[in-house]
Amino acid sequence: MSHKKVPLLRLEPRAETARVMVYAAPLIAVVLTLIGGSVLFALMGFAPHVALYNFFIAPISDTYGLSELAVKATPLVLIAIGLSLGFRANVWNIGAEGQLTIGALFGGMVALALNDLTGWYILPLEIIAGVLAGMAWAAIPAFLRTRFNTNEILVSLMLTYIAQLLLNLLVHGVLRDPAALGFPQSKAFSDSTLLPTILDGTRVTSSTIITLLIVGIAWVVVAKSFVGFQIRVAGLAPAAARYAGFRQPRLVWMTLLAGGGLAGLAGIFEVAGPIGQLQPTISPGYGFTAIIVAFLGRLHPLGILLAGLLVALSYLGGEAVQINMGMPLAVTGVFQGMLLFFLLACDVLVSYRIRWRGTGQGAVTGARAAKG
Amino acid sequence: MSKSILSRVLGTAAAVALGLAAAGAHADGKVKAGFIYVGPHNDGGYSQQHDMGRLEAQKNLGDKVETSYVESVPEGADAERVIRQMAASGANIIFTTSFGFMDATIKVAKQFPKVKFEHATGYKTADNVGIYNARFYEGRAVIGTMAGRLTKTNKIGYVASFPIPEVIQGINSATLAARAVNPNVTMSVVWVNSWYDPGKEAAAAQALMDQGVDVIMQHTDSPAPLQAAAQRGFWGFGQSGDMHQYAPDAQATGIVDHWGDYYTQRIQAVIDGTWKPDNTWGGFAANMVNLATFSDKLPADVKAEALKVEDDIKTGKRHPFQGPIKKQDGSEVIPAGKTLSDDELSGMNYYVEGVIGTIPN
Repeated sequence: MSHKKVPLLRLEPRAETARVMVYAAPLIAVVLTLIGGSVLFALMGFAPHVALYNFFIAPISDTYGLSELAVKATPLVLIAIGLSLGFRANVWNIGAEGQLTIGALFGGMVALALNDLTGWYILPLEIIAGVLAGMAWAAIPAFLRTRFNTNEILVSLMLTYIAQLLLNLLVHGVLRDPAALGFPQSKAFSDSTLLPTILDGTRVTSSTIITLLIVGIAWVVVAKSFVGFQIRVAGLAPAAARYAGFRQPRLVWMTLLAGGGLAGLAGIFEVAGPIGQLQPTISPGYGFTAIIVAFLGRLHPLGILLAGLLVALSYLGGEAVQINMGMPLAVTGVFQGMLLFFLLACDVLVSYRIRWRGTGQGAVTGARAAKG
Repeated sequence: MSKSILSRVLGTAAAVALGLAAAGAHADGKVKAGFIYVGPHNDGGYSQQHDMGRLEAQKNLGDKVETSYVESVPEGADAERVIRQMAASGANIIFTTSFGFMDATIKVAKQFPKVKFEHATGYKTADNVGIYNARFYEGRAVIGTMAGRLTKTNKIGYVASFPIPEVIQGINSATLAARAVNPNVTMSVVWVNSWYDPGKEAAAAQALMDQGVDVIMQHTDSPAPLQAAAQRGFWGFGQSGDMHQYAPDAQATGIVDHWGDYYTQRIQAVIDGTWKPDNTWGGFAANMVNLATFSDKLPADVKAEALKVEDDIKTGKRHPFQGPIKKQDGSEVIPAGKTLSDDELSGMNYYVEGVIGTIPN
């Protein structure tokens, strides 16, 4: 035992996590990113203060910029909220992108079917179709996991490609607008099938408000409800959850359906919102980015809201530095990576301390099991 | 990190936090031209050719113009924001270089009536939106002629992206030209449903060659099909950019998109105040389509014939779609002595005689 090779450095759980550090960590991470980013920009030959200004402030320095931040953050937050429920319960839905695509496709087909009609009921129908389609797509991994114990990570991920191919097939085929000269796109949605904008001159629709409501509801569910309690216990201590008689299959179903439904909702919000038709590309990877947003927000609804805004801002900022400074997109990628790295590193260091070889003793390793 | 750098950087961060920094200064008196790319500016294919066009225009116009670009813009909800942001940042003319940017371009153009817009490969115009595209099918007639001469098995293979008119024009043009010099030729098509997917493109080329094809053409952007042909010692043709470096012997020639002249003219028109929305569809004559480097291994007579076809198309002596043209099922599209009009080409949704298979729908 004592001759075991001791690694040069290892992480040791802290006996107590400083409460203040839990909240200070993200701020420290942002400061570290500003410093690291400045060095990066300077090395690339760009004035750091101009780059940082363009990255963080220029994109949201007017109403339109703020509205675009909301437009970009809405699907990310919406999907991440759904995913976080599952992640808390150790249910790993990686296929939100596919559930979004299917939601957009089926919601969009309802819109196209009712394109020539007017009536208050059209939008709700579209939205319900989108949500149900997303749920149905997520029900497949739920069924396979609860029935055959298949891995929901693989199933949900592979279904993403199927969803994308299905969308491609239909927009190249039956849904194609005959007037589009053979190009793969549906007819444009009519006004009665589009979400109205709530702010003149912007693209913000009621989807943003609904998303905020859902953030609130998720908060209540997670923090206050018995279901939320079950989800947390199932994630933190599966054995205890079983012992307490929480039915795991039910949690798998609930969390996957919630995740799929919200991803489907994000999908129909995109096509009935800023896109306004069905086309081969609907999401620039929102379903995958939302996974980062969920973890960045520590799976907490409010954290996810902030994380969604931050990630959205990093996209807007990336565009601004390209337009205003001619900075290549790759630099933006490195900068975004730096931001995530510092955030996660700070998170780790709040809960763990670094032990170099020769300092401290490994007696506390057993305590790790107690941590979530 | 030395202390001085650290303190300087910290000072910078503080300055930003206090909001003391200013945005990048606008260059006065220069025309600003913005470009939106669907892929990376150095993708080795479609977007890179547009970026080379931008650089050429920048070089030609020198101090009179300032250019900028945004790369890898998805063809979804993001496009509108990026185009708008570019317009708001003071651009005088914006080139949106992918089909999927069409509706976003039209929408933003409405909000910025003083900014000029140019959309590539689409069909919607407005008072301040012009459209442009290249007659790639002219290049296809040249490589079709060459393929008809080069094939020994009389089977040509075509790795195709999406069944849109532009791609179908290319398949038909190449087939007509190949059969004009070698009536026994057939054309087999594999659709990969992507503009850029080296794995799928290579697999498609392999599948075609397994069926006896010995000349590979492609309307996808990676050099993978060409390289697959090279591996088996067969001929291939590059696409978008000059792919000579990837397969110096096997690339017989290729079709190169060339936007530099067009971009120079259009930006010049903005400088002169003479810009009007156009509908430009240029080929060899407009210098929008070029041929890539010819392989040294290419028989001299094949090369000479290729250059003659190029020249005949350039001077209008020959049209890639001149009658008689028959559809796959033998029905006549147009009789001898007639050529297809631009409108007919724009809606092309059928294969001509000699193409095997059906258009996916």
